[in-house]
Amino acid sequence: MARLSISHLKKSYGDFIAVDDVDIAIADGEFLVLLGPSGCGKTTTLRMIAGFIPPTAGSITIGERDVTALPPWKRHCGLVFQSYALFPHMTVAQNVAFGLEMHKVPQAERGPRVAEALRLVRLTGFDDRYPRQLSGGQQQRVALARALAMQPQVLLLDEPLSNLDAKLRLEVRVEIRELQRKLGLTTIMVTHDQEEALTMADRLVVMEKGQVRQVGTQRELYEKPADRFVAGFIGRSAFLDGEVTAPGRFRTAGGLDMVCAAAAKPGPATLALRPERIAVGGEADGLPNRFTAKVEHASYLGALLDIQVALDEHDRMLLQIPNRPGLTEPQPDESITIGWAEDAGLVYPRGA
Amino acid sequence: MSAGSPRLGRYVLNGAAALSLGFILLPLIFVTWLSFFRQEIPSFPPEGYSLQWFAAAANNKSFIDGFVLSLQVGIVATLIGLVLGVPASLALARHRIPLGPGVSTLLLLPLVMPGIVLGTSTYVFQIEVELATEIPVMGSLGGLIAAHTLVVIPWVVRLVTASLAGFDRTIEEAAQNLGAGPITTFWRVTLPSIRPGIVAAALFGFVTSFGNLEMSLFLVGPGRTTLPIAILQYLEWKIDPTVAAASLIQIVLIGVAMIVTDRYVKLSRVV
Ligand SMILES: Nc1ncnc2c1ncn2[C@@H]1O[C@H](COP(=O)(O)OP(=O)(O)OP(=O)(O)O)[C@@H](O)[C@H]1O
Ligand SMILES: [Mg+2]
Repeated sequence: MARLSISHLKKSYGDFIAVDDVDIAIADGEFLVLLGPSGCGKTTTLRMIAGFIPPTAGSITIGERDVTALPPWKRHCGLVFQSYALFPHMTVAQNVAFGLEMHKVPQAERGPRVAEALRLVRLTGFDDRYPRQLSGGQQQRVALARALAMQPQVLLLDEPLSNLDAKLRLEVRVEIRELQRKLGLTTIMVTHDQEEALTMADRLVVMEKGQVRQVGTQRELYEKPADRFVAGFIGRSAFLDGEVTAPGRFRTAGGLDMVCAAAAKPGPATLALRPERIAVGGEADGLPNRFTAKVEHASYLGALLDIQVALDEHDRMLLQIPNRPGLTEPQPDESITIGWAEDAGLVYPRGA
Repeated sequence: MSAGSPRLGRYVLNGAAALSLGFILLPLIFVTWLSFFRQEIPSFPPEGYSLQWFAAAANNKSFIDGFVLSLQVGIVATLIGLVLGVPASLALARHRIPLGPGVSTLLLLPLVMPGIVLGTSTYVFQIEVELATEIPVMGSLGGLIAAHTLVVIPWVVRLVTASLAGFDRTIEEAAQNLGAGPITTFWRVTLPSIRPGIVAAALFGFVTSFGNLEMSLFLVGPGRTTLPIAILQYLEWKIDPTVAAASLIQIVLIGVAMIVTDRYVKLSRVV
């Protein structure tokens, strides 16, 4: 296993910049997830690491070796394709042995290593099947075993679970994570499934429009999102547009004055509030920001109630309150009191 | 009417299919029947049946020599056609070639060109080459094989391009990711995946070459006769069922080749 570092990586197609100045350092044995909306450049980044796309600029280092100019077959990183890409004319065992053969592993050693890889993915006994005789989940695991068998320096996974049904996805998620920990594999996984990313990653990289928006742990991303995009992309946030009028003072577009963290610079800004940080009814007593809001819509979600409220005709927000016995959801047009602490809201300058 | 018309449509369709099939099979059936007639001059009804014409065909030296030559030419032309056609198809399917569509039309052209036209032009071309270079191309075995390669190539290009169209290139990337260089990737992954197309191309290319008469007529040299020409020459003197017997043997051989091939690759899936 090895460290992986990507510096100032860029890929442009004509005028279009698919990946823009991406800098990421991944520690030995770390599980990093690349997360972002469709088209943000995740696959492009991963394929540049694997060597299938030549970068326009920047460099990629695996371990101590600069691999930027190396062809894919010399990079020694195991890529698991979204479509699995198993060799249809080879059996499971031949598929898994392929990488060993290419790396000139002596014949006598190959059998045991294939068996070991298949055991790791719990496919012992499937050696002689052809890919078409396997279910989607089994094919996915063969693809993983094939990548693992050659003991790659880094493991790259491109949405490896997207072709599986919801239940299988949960299982395989755990399997991959356990295997990765056990083998201490330096891993980058690409996904656009937020929950998948949050449950599997050591650290996450949030990308948008080819750029890295934030790198951090789940907690860092959720509690200290670096910008408005991350605040909206990881978890949910209510956004109020307005401006910072003075240090610690925020005025919404609808003219409501609020207190906020003092650090924010005056100017047009957006206030982001996590739904669960907003107190309702009596719980709002004594909070610096207290408003009467009109309920527009409430949904019962079991453990939570989602409530959409309007502070005035410009400013709407989403609240979440935990369900408890006897609680009935508020009716539309009902007035409720809401409030939040000054540090509950995060202020992002607008127009940037 | 509304309930009846789909059914009517199906009857018409099946009828048309049966008619075309009959139209194709009828000559084959007559040739088969004829080859077993006892009398020398074909007339209906037959006077009796015998296997003598098969013996006659098998003992006819010009048929045997023609068969051997056709076989040699067919095999060599097919091999050369594959060696030229497979890389050409790969290049056409995968790379942006200047004038790509034009090139592929050009490669397919010999298939739609009337045999006589192809024969005449090849003949003229070979004479010109011979005059220009003083290499004796005309009437040589090499010249014949070169011309036959020309009719094999379209089959290769057409069928291999078709198999490449449905080929998932990520498996090539997977091979490279596992450490295989481009050449290993081609032999171990690409080629096995397009093998059905190649086998079918070899079969059809060979059959086309083996049965070619019009073009060969222009190009054979003295003492060098392909089977179709030998049959034609025989027909100039006699019309006894020996020719029918020889044809039936050919039909059976080709049929067997098709069936054997079909066991390994489903021809209906590639053609
Ligand atoms: N060969 C290409 N030529 C031009 N633009 C391209 C090319 N390949 C990718 N792009 C563009 O680059 C951007 C990033 O693509 P990429 O496949 O990396 O997205 P992604 O983040 O993996 O998205 P998804 O989640 O949908 O898989 C996209 O906007 C895409 O249209
Ligand atoms: Mg992608």
